[in-house]
Amino acid sequence: MADLTQTAPARTTRSPIRWASVLDHAILIAGAALMIVPLLMMLQMSTIPDAQVMQHGPSLQIGGEFWDNLRKALFQSMSFSGETTGLTMFRNSLILGLGFAIGKIVVAMLAAYGIVYFRLRFATLAFWLIFTTLLLPLEVRIVPSYEITQKLGLLNSWTGLIVPLIASATATFFFRQYFMSVPEELVEAARIDGAGPVRFFIDILVPLSRTMIAAMFIIMFVYGWNQYLWPLMVSTQEDKVTLVQGIKQITQSLEGNHIPEYGRSNVLALLAVLPPVLVVLFFQRWFVKGLTESDK
Amino acid sequence: MKRAAFDNRWLPILLLLPQLSIICLFFYWPAWQALRSSFFLQDPFGFGETFVGWANYTRLWTSSEYLKNAGFTAIFSLSVTGLSLAIALLLAVKADTVLRGAKTYRTLLMWVYAVAPPMAGFIALILFNQRWGPMTDFFAMFGWDLQVRLDYFDTGFVMVVASVWKQIPVNFIFFLSGLQSIPRAVREAALIDNASGFSRFWTVTFPLLAPTGFFLLIINITYSLFDTFGLIDTILRNNPGDNPVTLVYQVYLDGFRGQDIGGSSAQSVVLMVLVLALTIMQFRLVERRIHYT
Repeated sequence: MADLTQTAPARTTRSPIRWASVLDHAILIAGAALMIVPLLMMLQMSTIPDAQVMQHGPSLQIGGEFWDNLRKALFQSMSFSGETTGLTMFRNSLILGLGFAIGKIVVAMLAAYGIVYFRLRFATLAFWLIFTTLLLPLEVRIVPSYEITQKLGLLNSWTGLIVPLIASATATFFFRQYFMSVPEELVEAARIDGAGPVRFFIDILVPLSRTMIAAMFIIMFVYGWNQYLWPLMVSTQEDKVTLVQGIKQITQSLEGNHIPEYGRSNVLALLAVLPPVLVVLFFQRWFVKGLTESDK
Repeated sequence: MKRAAFDNRWLPILLLLPQLSIICLFFYWPAWQALRSSFFLQDPFGFGETFVGWANYTRLWTSSEYLKNAGFTAIFSLSVTGLSLAIALLLAVKADTVLRGAKTYRTLLMWVYAVAPPMAGFIALILFNQRWGPMTDFFAMFGWDLQVRLDYFDTGFVMVVASVWKQIPVNFIFFLSGLQSIPRAVREAALIDNASGFSRFWTVTFPLLAPTGFFLLIINITYSLFDTFGLIDTILRNNPGDNPVTLVYQVYLDGFRGQDIGGSSAQSVVLMVLVLALTIMQFRLVERRIHYT
């Protein structure tokens, strides 16, 4: 990627291109600012007293309230509940993010392995059954999905929160595609060495798919951390509220006659936003690869 | 399929079992339930149900509220898709041309991908705060007194702005990777033939990007229809009132708040048909995309 951005356009005609390049940079800087300013604004609002926010909103002034707000956000229970603190919500978000990522990868890899490496009479049927789920986003089957989860007694449980959503057509195709590109000689070699299907999977295929697993993990972690609608319906008990889900109560708590807790709300919002953002930034290369290749 | 496959008979079934059982239990069964319920009228107190044929569907076409929300959903989806694609394309083309700082720009422009839609809604509520929101102040300079959740149009506008903001990064990533996969030889040939950057873009780059664009079109429509639920819910603060809502939001409102299972199911089925149409379109376009690349 890096060398492609350095093709030769600038060299041939130097002076007229320079103004164009100033414009290019101006557009890009404007775009980058559009993305980052709202976040900086939230950060700024969490450093000044709530009364000041209520009067004037965000400004350029940096105050000294941040650590106090962070402490309140992490350890003080929310007004809408008894025991739930920011820290519990953070933990819940983490469970959901990791649960989704690990669950989806395991389920998808097993299924893809079954489809690609075995002579299976109903492989095509299985493939289509998995594929057709793309037609059924959660939002269109939300009411009956809730009823079934309720009938199974899975409301307010981690199982009910995670399992119904860990079947993933996208991840299955992603791994299927990758497995098909793995040289067949590997299986033959493994078989000659006496390795069975389980052994081959664990000792060869999984280590070989490291990069693919990492790419999927990032995407699915973000997906799980950011879940909103399903947790909103399935977990009605406060001990399982996630940060993203809690934002609803947070915004509602901002509507009051007394001084709303802007500082704490903004810290909680930042806590909800930053972990998935950091994951994407740190593993940028894998993430882009996973995203652009899984949707093909 | 692989030539050197394993012969095991039960293992593949075992491997597929987790995926297939979750799919049957939580995808096909609910979908079937929705389809079935859409032809019945449920007693609100849980005392059985009556077969009503297409009544739940005809009720939709005659409901002015449903038609109004359908109209809003169409305008909303088109605006979100069009704006986020256009802005992302502009940024991607620029990020692809600049020599300095290309990597930094790329990083700065893509991280919002990881922000959850409800969080985008939360941010929009701050920016458009009635009293001191910076964006409210900005539009006030042009004499527009923005009132989120009080004015139908203004609320819809804020929903569009927040949804576009959240969606630009995904489009940017795909456009940029599409641009970077254009072979160097093609770029250089275009450079020799065509001095003006503008016409070079329209005659060479744009047609080569078209497959990516088609693909993103479908992704964006799907996003604006379904993934914006949390964003809309946050902006409305749990209280839709007379504000615009999308069709997906109405499924939720009628099914959970209104306990109108039949009507909500009929709406779900309509949405399923919509997704089916979009997927078929996507398939056709993806096939063509393979031809291009």
